[in-house]
This record gives sequence, structure tokens and C-alpha cells, in this order.
Amino acid sequence: MGDHHHGPAKGLSRWLFTTNHKDIGTMYLWFSFAMFILGGTFAMIIRAELFQPGMQLVEPGFFNQMTTLHGLVMVFGAIMPSFVGLANWLIPMMIGAPDMALPRMNNWSFWILPPGFLMLASTLFMEGGAPAFGWTFYAPLSTTYAAPSVTFFIFAIHVLGISSIMGSINIIATIMNMRAPGMTYMKMPLFVWTWFITAFLLVAVMPVLAGAVTMMLMDIHFGTSFFSAAGGGDPVLFQHIFWFFGHPEVYIIILPAFGVVSQVIPAFSRKPLFGYASMVYATAAIAILSFVVWAHHMYTVGMPVAGELFFMYATMLIAVPTGVKVFNWVSTMWRGALSFETPMLFSIGFLVLFTIGGFTGLMLSIAPADFQYHDTYFVVAHFHYVMVAGAVFSMTSAVYFWLPKWTGRMYNETMGKVHFWISFVGFNVTFFPQHFVGLAGMPRRVPDYALQFADFNMMSSIGAFVYGASQIMFLYNVIATIVSGEKVSDEQVWDGAEGLEWTLPTPAPYHTFEVPPKIEATPAHG
Amino acid sequence: MSIKKCLMNAGAVVLSALPIAALAQNQVNMSPGVTRVGAEIYDLHMLIMIICIVIGIGVFGVMLYSIVYHRKSKGFEPSQFHESTKVEIAWTVVPFLILIGMAVPATSTLLEVYDNDDAELDILVTGHQWKWRYEYLNADGENVTFFSNLATPQEEIYNSEAKGEHYLLEVDEPLVIPVDTKVRFLITANDVIHSWWVPEIAVKRDAIPGFINEAWSKVEQEGIYRGQCTELCGSYHGFMPIVVHAVSQDEFQGWMSAKRADKEAQVAASSVDLSLEALMTEGESVYNTSCLACHGAQGEGGVGNAIAGSSIAMGDLGMHLDVGIKGVAGTAMQAFGAQLTDVEMAAVITYQRNAFGNNTGDVVQPSDVAQHKQG
Repeated sequence: MGDHHHGPAKGLSRWLFTTNHKDIGTMYLWFSFAMFILGGTFAMIIRAELFQPGMQLVEPGFFNQMTTLHGLVMVFGAIMPSFVGLANWLIPMMIGAPDMALPRMNNWSFWILPPGFLMLASTLFMEGGAPAFGWTFYAPLSTTYAAPSVTFFIFAIHVLGISSIMGSINIIATIMNMRAPGMTYMKMPLFVWTWFITAFLLVAVMPVLAGAVTMMLMDIHFGTSFFSAAGGGDPVLFQHIFWFFGHPEVYIIILPAFGVVSQVIPAFSRKPLFGYASMVYATAAIAILSFVVWAHHMYTVGMPVAGELFFMYATMLIAVPTGVKVFNWVSTMWRGALSFETPMLFSIGFLVLFTIGGFTGLMLSIAPADFQYHDTYFVVAHFHYVMVAGAVFSMTSAVYFWLPKWTGRMYNETMGKVHFWISFVGFNVTFFPQHFVGLAGMPRRVPDYALQFADFNMMSSIGAFVYGASQIMFLYNVIATIVSGEKVSDEQVWDGAEGLEWTLPTPAPYHTFEVPPKIEATPAHG
Repeated sequence: MSIKKCLMNAGAVVLSALPIAALAQNQVNMSPGVTRVGAEIYDLHMLIMIICIVIGIGVFGVMLYSIVYHRKSKGFEPSQFHESTKVEIAWTVVPFLILIGMAVPATSTLLEVYDNDDAELDILVTGHQWKWRYEYLNADGENVTFFSNLATPQEEIYNSEAKGEHYLLEVDEPLVIPVDTKVRFLITANDVIHSWWVPEIAVKRDAIPGFINEAWSKVEQEGIYRGQCTELCGSYHGFMPIVVHAVSQDEFQGWMSAKRADKEAQVAASSVDLSLEALMTEGESVYNTSCLACHGAQGEGGVGNAIAGSSIAMGDLGMHLDVGIKGVAGTAMQAFGAQLTDVEMAAVITYQRNAFGNNTGDVVQPSDVAQHKQG
């Protein structure tokens, strides 16, 4: 490596104009954490109102704005950008590339995000309030009956969609073109594989979402009737289009999480991943199936019975590749030499709780039973087991795992472990009782509830406050690490970690792999 | 005892042991309800949950064993085994077979849920923001129609009074159906999408504006069954419950005759003039169920415009009646002409013109409303 390398620019222009994948990754990660706190604040308001029966803190209309913004901010602002940040940091380092393939577009796909969310958040201060129709924004509640701010919401969705599409094109281009010589597809670490597949899903479905919101815009402002029966349209059409995007979206969120866990578990088991190839195939199978199961979110809309049966069978099938993944992770741990540093704890937490979310998912796939589960708290419990204990736990695991490589400093292990245990307990106290109230008949998205649900709701709220507070500890730990953490200089950091990023100096220099690394003939997969 | 039954009992024991003693009165599981389909759905739910629990115990057991015994801190040497096509095939094929085992009973139950033929009674259910309208479609004679509103007072919701036993699950007029009769519900909506759900009679179907969905139930046990709207439908989505009274067939016939007699009485009543006091008393109760959610307890407005000091409530009476009867297109203000009787409409208009400081002194009689409706 020569001396002609320039370091990062100074001051604000470093961040505004950067085309460096590490800088952009860092910005994505901080931005998504800020959105996580914002979306979490909305969740705290929801749980505070639901602490007891009766209306105490907010009005029903505002409550609906909170549930809507909580969902939108968490899905589009926290979880998705956090994994894009991770992809930016790690994919070039894992495949031996100097940077992303399209660095200027990379800058742009990050920098349109903050204005997009500013536009969304500004609706809170508008006449008529923010969107109050749920993150799934079913027409006609989101069209004819929506507050005027819905137009801002539509453009915010467009901006986030454009950002996601550009981000995924970049990831696909990087993986296809920038791999170091010898880094064949079947030697790529699983995190790279899962993102590769995710990026294709994103490119396929984000335009569908853009189509749905554009049709809404036309219905609201230009007199069309895509989603209104009065003009020859159909409100259920909206749901079909939305879920054609929405179901793959669920896997867009969870596949990179699978990738992270597939790196972390072998590292702390000191044993190779049990079935690398079958994990790749299972990921692809899940992605393909995700396109033909969308209407399982719509069992109660009155589809013909043949349609119900098709979507039920297709959905049940997803249990097979998902099972393959879980069995593989468990077999990887079996007879390994396990140690339980914070990343491993969060990955094991992921494995246990995601599996529970998978079981309730299988229950929900059974159409006749879904007539009783649909739109109750049972569903809320299910998808929080997948989204929070799945995606967020895995993301947290990733931060602890790679933070020393990124910063050259070690986080406080004790605090990390405490963070895990408070999160784990807080999460379960919050969401496990929601299975019960859902089965007992409590609908979702209600600001108030019957007295029989009171005890479990109070429990849920207490758990939520604990889980929420524990994230402050996480933030503190990360900042303390960056500022004054104990220095790490070992390239390997974790003795069991495998992959090219661990061959780089710690902390990873501003530019890496300007000369492609040599790939061994038979590398152990991460 | 069959294996299935055995597993189910075991599952019920596990479930009942889960909550701590203090929470013993809290329901933690789905109710089998009072219909055959509901019981089948419950059995299906238990079967699949128990299969999941058994698989879960296996998977988590293996994991836990590893966590306890295969520790680096205990000096366990990691083995390096990986890749086994045989194992991969096994854990693909076995779950697939289990899924087929689940799909068979699920399919037969689903077909039964969808068997809407040969209903003995048809009821049209229409979701409105934020109430339900029921219409008994009688082949012989006139249809019986009424609205079913939340009966829980605002004072209970806003915590100034103690909450009653059926807080938020009580209505002013319940749906009445006969037992042992196949009742078909034709479900639709007037504005946004709602969803009509009563867990114990095992019916949940979306109410979609412009389309009619079908569902059915054959209730086997007399009783009162409560449910709620389960599709987000705006601000008061949480405040439009459903109450179903299942009664004997004789009682049902009696109820139906009484409803018809009521209707005739209403027609008669609309020709009688009422005092201001009587109209104000009736008007207040109509206001509280039909207007308050949007226009506020003191007429201060909210989703809807303020009524206190409003130019409509204090201005031209014809205009005021128009708004009440026909609604305002493109807004949340619905047409109440068909929802309220002439007496109720006269009362609530009188109330709005004399309450909240709108002391116009106007008295509107049912006959005025009838006359206005005829134009």
C-alpha cells in the first residue's frame, strides 16, 4: 500500500460528498438508529395509552397516527436502512473489493433518505394530523377518508423507494462485478449471499409499492377510481398490490438478518456452518416462495375458496426452507466450543425467538384458523417476534460483532451482556402476553380495550418500557466504545471468526483491498 | 382416547399452567365457541400448536444441551463436521410430510367455512363509521332494520365513572338470531373497510364498500356473544362492538313481531307533537350515541365541526335538517335520514339548536322531519 492515499476530507463535506462505502455505511447506521429511537418513542406512547383500559393520554385519532408512524418508521427508517448500512460496510470487505461498484449513487441513495423522513415526520404538524390508516394504508381509509397530509406520505414513500432501489442496484452490481479473483459465488460469505438475494427482491417489489401509492395519488387528486367500487374499482385490489410488495418486504427485512446470524454462530461455535450450500438454496427458496404467498394477509377479504387453498398451501411450504435454516444453525452449535460474548447472545436470542415467531407464522398460515387470528394481537405478537427478535436482535448482534473491526476499540462486554438480558426479558414480557390477549379476542390497532385484557396489557406495557430503556444503554455502550473503548489491534478480533474482513488491519483503514486479496483454494465459509 | 385427543388435553394442561396464579381469570387461549365450525377451528388450532410445541421442545432441547455441555469454558474441543446431504434431505422431507398432515384437516375445515348454501335466515350486515347496521332480509313481509351503537358512556371511557362489566363490548341494540338455524351474513360497508368478528360464533369477514361478502354460522347454544370490528376503520375503530343474542326459535319469532310492531308505532309516533322537554331528553341520548364521537361532548367539534355556536345549528332550519338527513358529501358527516327515526331526528335537531349555548328556542317536531324528507 503506497503513501499516496488520501484520508477522508475534513468537516461536514466529508459526510455530504463522501463516496466511501465505510462513511456511507456509518451514516446509514446512525440514521437508522435515530429512526429506531423515534419509532420507539411512538411505541412508548402507544404502550402508555394501553397501560390501562380507558382513554388517558391521547385521543383515538392521534393513537392511530402513532401506530401508523411507528410501523412506517420502524420498517422503512430503522430496519431497512440499518441493514443497508451493514451491507455498505461489509460487502466490499467480505468479497475483497475496494468499494461499492457505484459510489456516487451510493451517496445519493443515502442522502435522499433524511429529506424523505423529514417529509413524513412533518405530517405530524399538519392540519388534520399525520397518516392514521396503519402502515398497511388500506384504501379507501387512506384515500377518500384520509387527512390531506396523505399526499406528503405518498411522496415520502416514493423517496424511500427510490433510495432502496438505488441501494439494491448498487449491491447487485458490486457483488456481480467486484469480487476478488477466486471469490466464486459459492465461496461468498452467507451475509453477502442473503443480501444478494434481498437486493433482487427489493428491485422487484419496490416499484410495485410505488405503483400502489401512485394509484392512491390519482384517486385522491385526479378523480380516478382504482380503489373505489363507485367508479368501477376495488378496494381489495389495493390489498393485492400492497401485499405483493408487502410479503417479499418481510423477507427483505429478515434475510440479511439470517446472513448476520450465519456469520456469528459459527464464529462463537468455533465450527464451520453445518450446511453452507443448503443455506444458500434455502434462502433462494424462501425468496421465490415469497412472491406467491401474498394473499395470506387477506384470508378474510372474501377470496374464492380455490384462492384460499392455493395461498394456504404455498404459505405452509415456507416452513420447509425456514426449518432447514433453523436446523442448520442448531447443528452448527452442536459439538462446537461455544462461548457467549454479546454478539453470540443476541444471535442465540434471535434463534430462539425467531423460531417461536416461525411457529406462530405456521399457525397463521392455516386459513380456517386465521379467521380467528386475523387482525388480533396474536398477529401483533407474531410479527414482533420476527421483526424485533428477528431483525433487530440480529442487527444488534452485528453491531457488537463488527464494532471492534470498525472502530479498533472493544465495547464493554459486561454492559453488552446486561443489555442482552434486559432486552431478552423485556421483549418477552412485552410480546408473549400479546399471544394470549389475541387468542382471547383483542383486535389490533385499538386505543382502548375491554376489561378482561387489562392485566396482560399492563404487563406488555411494563415490558415495553424496560425494552425501550435498555436501548439507551446500547447507545451509551456504542458511544463509549468509539470515544474511549479499550484499543484492539488484533486483526482477528474474535478467535473463531472467518472471512476476508478479519484479515484486514483493526481498525479497518479508510481504503481497503485496493489490491485484490488472494483467495485460498478452499476457504472455510463464514 | 385417540392420540389427537391425548395431545390436546396435554396441550390444555400446559396452557393452563402457563399464567401465574394471580392471572388465573385471564383467558389465554382461543374459545371453541358455540358452533361446530368454531369447535373444528379450535381443534385445528390446538393440533398445530401442539405439533409446534413438540418440535420446539426438540429443537430447543438440542440447543440447550449444546449450550450447557459444548462450552469452550469447559474445554470442549470443537468437532469440525459439516455438510451432509442425507441429513439435509431428511430435515426437508420430514417437515414436508408433517405439513401434509396439517393441510388435510385444514382443507376440510376451510371447505366447511365456505359452505354458504341452504341458509334459513339472511342478515345484511353493513359497517358504518363507527356502528353496525343490521337488516333481516325477510322473504315474507317487510325487512327489519336497525343500527347497533356502542352503549358504553363517554364518562366510563374517559375514566370519570367506574367501568362496567362489559366495558366497550355493549351496544344499545344487539343482533338477535335463533339457535340451531343456519344464519347467513351478507357483509358489506358504507364507507371504509370494516370487519365483522364474533369469536364465539366463529365468523370474521371483511366488510368492503361496494362488495358483499358471505359468511354463516349455526349457533348451538343460547347466550350473549360479543365481538368487535377487526379492520382499522378510522378514529373510533375500537368503539364499534358487536353483540349477538342467540335465542330460541320461539323467542326469535316473538322478537321479530315486536320489532315490526315497533316500526308501526314509530310511524304513528311521528304524527304526534312532543314537548320541548321531551325532545331535549330524547335528543341528548341520540346526540350521545350518534353525534358525540365527532362533534364532542360539549358540541366543541373534533373530527366534525363544532356545533356550539355553529352557523348551521343556529341558522336556517331547512339547511340544518338537510345536513342531518342527507349528510355532507365528501366528509365524514353521514346521512342520518335512514339511521334515525323521525322522532329521533326531530329530537336531536331540537337538542342541537338549544344545547351548548345555542339558545334558539326552536322546536322541531317529527312531522317537520317527515315533511322535509318529502321535500
